[in-house]
Amino acid sequence: MAVIRDMMTTFELFQPANVEDAAALLREHEGRAWVLAGGLDSFDWFKDRIKRPAVVVDLGGIESLKGIESTADGLEIGAMTPLTDVVRHPDIAENYGLLAEAAELVASPQIRNQGTLGGNVSQDTRCWYYRDGWICYRAGGNICYADTPTSMNREHAIFGADRCVAVNPSDTAPALIALDAKMVVQTTGGERVVDAEDYFIGPSTDIMRMTILRPGDLLTSIRIPSTWAGARFYFEKVRDRQVWDFPLVNVASAIRVSGGTIEDARVAVNGVAPYPMRLTAVEDALRGATQDEATAERVGELAIRGARPLRQNAYKIPLMRNLVKRSVRVAEA
Amino acid sequence: MADIEITEAVDKGVSRRNFIKGVIAAGAAVGSVNYLFRGPSSIFAQPASSGAVERLITLTVNGQQRRVDIMKQDTLAMTLRYKLGLTGTKLGCDRSECGACTVLIDDVPHYSCSILTHSVRGRSVVTIEGLAAEDGTLHPVQQAVVDEQGFQCAFCMPGFVMATVGYLKTNPNPTRAELAHGISGNLCRCADYNKILNTMERAAENLRQA
Repeated sequence: MAVIRDMMTTFELFQPANVEDAAALLREHEGRAWVLAGGLDSFDWFKDRIKRPAVVVDLGGIESLKGIESTADGLEIGAMTPLTDVVRHPDIAENYGLLAEAAELVASPQIRNQGTLGGNVSQDTRCWYYRDGWICYRAGGNICYADTPTSMNREHAIFGADRCVAVNPSDTAPALIALDAKMVVQTTGGERVVDAEDYFIGPSTDIMRMTILRPGDLLTSIRIPSTWAGARFYFEKVRDRQVWDFPLVNVASAIRVSGGTIEDARVAVNGVAPYPMRLTAVEDALRGATQDEATAERVGELAIRGARPLRQNAYKIPLMRNLVKRSVRVAEA
Repeated sequence: MADIEITEAVDKGVSRRNFIKGVIAAGAAVGSVNYLFRGPSSIFAQPASSGAVERLITLTVNGQQRRVDIMKQDTLAMTLRYKLGLTGTKLGCDRSECGACTVLIDDVPHYSCSILTHSVRGRSVVTIEGLAAEDGTLHPVQQAVVDEQGFQCAFCMPGFVMATVGYLKTNPNPTRAELAHGISGNLCRCADYNKILNTMERAAENLRQA
């Protein structure tokens, strides 16, 4: 896969200085423009020559999309803010540590220095059949190469598959869902604000997209309400190597406890479905429950209900169950 | 007689080739006149509204202003190595998976294989060639590499040194575990990590004393 060719194929590059110019460029080159954030996902596509956009619109020069600001109700993080800035921000570390933990576990230091929060949640799946240029469902074909009797599908989905069995690889996405974050999207029809969990879509909605972003749309910022500030957080990512690798499964939880009873909870996992999954059944079971081993046991079993493993990824079911249990237990300690 | 004919034939061939070369050169000269006489503002500034980029740009590399003619899709690693001759920056994987191409951009470590050269316009790039002082005195991190002999083949060394220099700017007094995490974005195929960490711990000490 990683064959060094001389360079990427040619494209027309635009580096607009503000969102309006970027939107105008995307309109002008509709259907053939590629939006570039940090580039860590995009350059893989370009170097392997699987995607060859005619026009690349680089958002790196738009200062208004960078930075973290306190708002009346929480925080607003520009979509082009590098993950390192998210990790090091004192307010995030103090009140929304869940996001800082998740961002710190993404890839490697150099990638976090360049990769952006908006890019991390909007990245494409890493299914290698798809990334290698096989014309699968997601690439516009009519077969899934990852779901055959001889497929290598150890990293693929146990939930939410519909023809395509690829998973969403983002670490920050479940953390944002657990924090009840809102995504601010600039569309041709104006600004749209959606809940983080609704930002992601599965193959049954559109098999060729990972998010609600349509060509021409831009994710401009992410708002984190103060609802969960200072709650008990738990984030864990399981992967093969402790650097670079995408999650096999990760879990993010935010829990409010009062006198041993769970008042409210939000739990999300990723790496198990084509979209980060909010576990509402688990949350319902947690609300009002006593925080003890029996509750952890019960919600662990609830979390994996309905899971459908492929040939090589049945291990993800106990892994996910135990991570959910742990996220409830440790958050209590 | 025969000899002269052959000589003439060769001469003709050469002159024809030279003539064609001359035409190409003249065309290039006419083309470049456009760049030269549009005034400094259009050469250095980018057209603000459209966001279009130009071929001839100025980069700040190791404190010097370097004029360079690049393509839209050129990565910084390609430009450094093959346009500016700074081959100390290595290309290992070209996929942001090994760290051999690490350079500092505004004091922050980046994989130069995975950033467009156009994206570093107006920013300060430092490569392994830019660490030593004018008089040749090695940077404290480089000196630690020499003193500890921490690398075997050392292909990954420039990347490790740049990552360490960048990391120590944010945390000058790291524990061994913090240091290992801080430079975890670099691979060594000799798997010499313990010796590299010894080296970089000494580097941190050198820097604190410098």
